[in-house]
Amino acid sequence: MINHDYRCEHEGIEQYVPGDDVIPFIPTAVFAFAVYLLLTAGGGDLGVWSPSELLMGAVLAVIAAAVSRNFFCKNRDYRMANPVRWIILAVYVVVPFFIEMAKANVDVAYRVITGRIRPGIVRMQTGFTTDLSVLLLANSITLTPGTLTVGIDEETNDLFVHMINIRPGVEEKSVVDTGDINAWFRFPAWIRRIAE
Amino acid sequence: MIVDAVILIFLAVGLLFNTLGVVGILRFPDVYTRLHAETKTTTFGTIFIGLAVVVYGVSRLSGSGDGEYLTFTLHTIIAVVALAFTNATGAHAIARAAHRSGQRPAPAVVDRLAEVKEE
Repeated sequence: MINHDYRCEHEGIEQYVPGDDVIPFIPTAVFAFAVYLLLTAGGGDLGVWSPSELLMGAVLAVIAAAVSRNFFCKNRDYRMANPVRWIILAVYVVVPFFIEMAKANVDVAYRVITGRIRPGIVRMQTGFTTDLSVLLLANSITLTPGTLTVGIDEETNDLFVHMINIRPGVEEKSVVDTGDINAWFRFPAWIRRIAE
Repeated sequence: MIVDAVILIFLAVGLLFNTLGVVGILRFPDVYTRLHAETKTTTFGTIFIGLAVVVYGVSRLSGSGDGEYLTFTLHTIIAVVALAFTNATGAHAIARAAHRSGQRPAPAVVDRLAEVKEE
């Protein structure tokens, strides 16, 4: 398994594309600079930043991008450079995600007090292709009602989900659908818009 | 005055859910159900404590116009986002490690992950 993965990566490197080393530099530097600006806002008199902070941020962003560009843009996938996806992500976090999270907490509080649980680990089909969307879904359902991601099948991107209260009948299915979790909002549809 | 009341309510909600997380750890039977109680409630509770800090920072910022409070507010928001992300990822890491080291969900109606491993 490890040898197989190594070979795949190796083949990826051999397919050399001109500019392949330079293009990842730009989004990484921009992202690092934006994070630096967020962390230092309010420290100066030029708008909210001081000139020395801006200069230092630019220098650090270039250094960070030079070091980490191949890690940050590992798959050479630049779809997250589209600002619309970031806006959808912000809306997703504030509205459906937060509501589901509030619901999850009331649900867990109820189960803590009454002790009514019916736990088990099920296999859930996601149908996603990118690492980022699987990460978003896994983290989202860990923080939402009755579900906790335990494992990932790296070939099919299926998730193994521990559910605290499986509805009777659902455990019979070998592969459950994302609709079988107790959510009002359809997370996969949102995440597909953000990261697919 | 209203700001103080809002801050108090946010702090109370945050502490209530963090306390529920602790009670959940004590009451639930195995590692996975305990993780359920612990990750969800502590993330949610800490988001509310962070919100209390943000409300305080914004009210002081609009009162004094001091840039320090903007830094304070933004840092709290970044800390809350980082917490939500790392809490979910950490819970997944603990659950995965527990399953790999042979800890089976103790009361469980089904365990598909163990079935896959046995094949």
